[in-house]
Amino acid sequence: MNNSTQEYLEALFTLTLDGRKATTTDLSRRLNIAPASVTEKLKKMGDDGFVAYSPYQGATLTDQGFEEAKKMARKHRLMERFLHDVLHIGNEKVHTEACAMEHGLSDETERALCRSLKSPAKCPDDQQEIPACDFEFDSCEKCAKWAGDNLEEVGKRKSNIVSVASLKEKQEATVAFIRGDRKSLKRLQDMGLTPGTKIRVNRIAPMKGPVEISLRGCKIALGDEVACNVFVEHKRPSETVRP
Amino acid sequence: LNPELTPSTLSSEPAKSSHSRTITIALAGNANVGKSAIFNQLTGLEQETGNWSGKTVALKEGKLAHHGLDIRIVDLPGVYSFSSYSPDELMTRQFILSDRPDIIINVLDATSMERNLYLTLLLKELEIPCVVALNYADVARKKHLHLDLEKLGQILGFPVINTVAIKGIGVHELTDAAIDIIQSKVHIELPVIQYGPEVEERVKRLSQALTDSGIQTPVRWTALKLLEKDLEISAEVKNQSPAAAVLADSYTAELAAMHKEDSATVIASERYAAAAKIARQISTQLEPAKKVNTLLDDITLHPVLGYIAFLITMAAVLVFISFFGSWMTTQISHFFEIFNPHATGIIGTILWNGSVVGFYAALSVALGFILPFYFILAWLAESGYLPRIAFMLDRPFHIFGLHGQASLPLIMAMGCNVPACLACRILENRRDRLIATFLSTLVPCSARSSVVLGLVGAFIGWQWAIGLLIFQFLLIFIIGIILNKLNPNKSPGIIMEIPEYRNPSLKIVWRQAWFRFKDFLTLGIPLIVIGSTVIETLSAVHWLQHITEILSPITVWWLGLPAFTGVLLIIGILRKEANLALLIALAGGAAVTSIMSPLQMVVFSIVIMLYIPCISTIAVLIRETGLKITAAMVLAEVILAILFGGLAFRLLPVFTNLR
Repeated sequence: MNNSTQEYLEALFTLTLDGRKATTTDLSRRLNIAPASVTEKLKKMGDDGFVAYSPYQGATLTDQGFEEAKKMARKHRLMERFLHDVLHIGNEKVHTEACAMEHGLSDETERALCRSLKSPAKCPDDQQEIPACDFEFDSCEKCAKWAGDNLEEVGKRKSNIVSVASLKEKQEATVAFIRGDRKSLKRLQDMGLTPGTKIRVNRIAPMKGPVEISLRGCKIALGDEVACNVFVEHKRPSETVRP
Repeated sequence: LNPELTPSTLSSEPAKSSHSRTITIALAGNANVGKSAIFNQLTGLEQETGNWSGKTVALKEGKLAHHGLDIRIVDLPGVYSFSSYSPDELMTRQFILSDRPDIIINVLDATSMERNLYLTLLLKELEIPCVVALNYADVARKKHLHLDLEKLGQILGFPVINTVAIKGIGVHELTDAAIDIIQSKVHIELPVIQYGPEVEERVKRLSQALTDSGIQTPVRWTALKLLEKDLEISAEVKNQSPAAAVLADSYTAELAAMHKEDSATVIASERYAAAAKIARQISTQLEPAKKVNTLLDDITLHPVLGYIAFLITMAAVLVFISFFGSWMTTQISHFFEIFNPHATGIIGTILWNGSVVGFYAALSVALGFILPFYFILAWLAESGYLPRIAFMLDRPFHIFGLHGQASLPLIMAMGCNVPACLACRILENRRDRLIATFLSTLVPCSARSSVVLGLVGAFIGWQWAIGLLIFQFLLIFIIGIILNKLNPNKSPGIIMEIPEYRNPSLKIVWRQAWFRFKDFLTLGIPLIVIGSTVIETLSAVHWLQHITEILSPITVWWLGLPAFTGVLLIIGILRKEANLALLIALAGGAAVTSIMSPLQMVVFSIVIMLYIPCISTIAVLIRETGLKITAAMVLAEVILAILFGGLAFRLLPVFTNLR
């Protein structure tokens, strides 16, 4: 996959997160590329199976595209965190710097970054959520303790997971993974958020306020910081895609 | 995953002669299930209750005399588990393990069995006999939810009793059942709730390794905690029985590999699965449950309407108390003035102006301002509105690096600062607790609001009073921002249960309000009567001016207040409600306008709102934050009071028509 495809995937990931389609104009503006070239590229990415594109309506990511895009977004945002937290590079520069560096980032380095930054939840510049990794670790503690660097032994997570913070009101989902140290993990599990638990999002307070969820017959409010670390198996709203 | 019944025996300690020892009964349960209400019913002590988590932030004890027995009742904090990560949970667990209460009354919310049974299973693992109280039985009935008590009793091996704590229903039966178990000399059968075979097999082998290893804690519980990788227990076992620790390490790895989940997660999942299964076995939905009316939530949690509802509620409370308070003050004054003998001479003046007016002024402040404040706040706490406020204010509170739960102490502080400072313990780290505590002491409590509402509100206009309170809240906001700038922090994020709205029982609300108010009658009124009499005496023998002269550079020169306010400010350190009462007394029953100009009233109110926490609050602050930080907070508030009082005295006449 070349760098330009990766850039498109990342842009589409951000633009379509709310379930809407990204138009050629949106992409052209975001990537600073002429609309005609964008259309061309989208068609090609459609052939490769990353994008569902219909002219005049816009593009969304396919499941395969979504996974790839999530991974790119993750590498990009982890890199931003590293540049900001460790190298103390200003917020105005981290995005472009990370853009230039993310394409060569291996999975090993991605994991090492996440581990040494203590599983960060958000990127520094625009507070976008950092997606969870796609390795089959059951907890961040396990990843931190596991000495081997051979990620192939660990394997890839089979399910497609997104955070509770990215769900919409009235959506239902199943708890899959909780990011963070053992303390926060235990606290949430004791409240009933064990893997496999069905939850429903009742309300989302505006401006990244808390999320109210129902589970096990009661209601719990989770602050945005917490909701970003609770990952659920969820089908993306793909019914809106008309190929 | 099936909880199966395997009987094991557990003997309750044989009871000695019933008068020879004190029996300890502990109350345990999730937050918000009505433990405090049961505690109140049992002990007659009026502990604060309320419909929000984190209220019982320390162990509370009471005594109960039951059929000639001396019973100590301990109310444990509302917890969801016994992990070693939260101070509340650790404290609860240590109390149960080291104090070994004779029996635990486990209080459950009957409408939310699955979540509540999780803690019951944890209590069973601790091997302490329990009596289970299914509270809110009336709400469950209304929801057409039938719970099979007998079956639940069989599964758990504990007596199960329906209760409606706020009405006292089932509370006596609870005590009787508890005493019966303690006094019965026979062994009682306690079935063990079994988890999955992979877990049980390892628990069994670990238990064998742990037996006779000198570990003090119950064996099965210790084995499960080892598999959960509990920090404390793992460290202890490593010391006492290294072999068991090694075994535990290999078992946790095996479990993780088998389930593709961390072993602690595996145990939590199994426990919840067992709880869910029990809940299913015993509950029958008789008729389809009526759809819960979410209209109130749709308004109070609405992105726009929610904030409007909050502001209207707060403003309505303040405006109502402002009007009610001045009405009450006039009524009481009219009533007492009927008996005014208009005596002349020193003794007559001292007795009437000092003692009698002091008494009825104190009564006016108490009945007009303080009691309604406590009543309304207790009503709000019981209704379940407070967690909604925390939900709505979560985002705004991030400006201070805090999360929404920090708003709860601040709202409680409008009644009294003392419980507010204690409630700050619900916050996760020390930095958050310190900021919330300092902000809480800046919130005008009912006694301080009484000065603003009863003085400025009554004699200048309620708009001015509300304006002053808005100024105070703006100041709190700015100080919060400054404190966060000095010591920035990212909030760990709110995790809070949102209980259903409940229609508060007026009896409970009344008892809550009365509980706080009693203190005022026994301490406040005598102090004000004495203070008022002393001031009148000093004034009659012309000594008052000598005392007030010492403070006059600040009071008269800088703040532009009448010299006598110096004495009020000193007495006000003891009890803030004395300020308004003594002013009314000093005016000799006439309108306070005869001794203070409107400008002086505003300046005086600003000083009172800020200048120093009362002596009870200072005592709590020392206990919660230490001497140094308390001194810094008090000093900061004195400086703020003098600064803003003086500025108001100089600037208000320039910009307004206040003179």
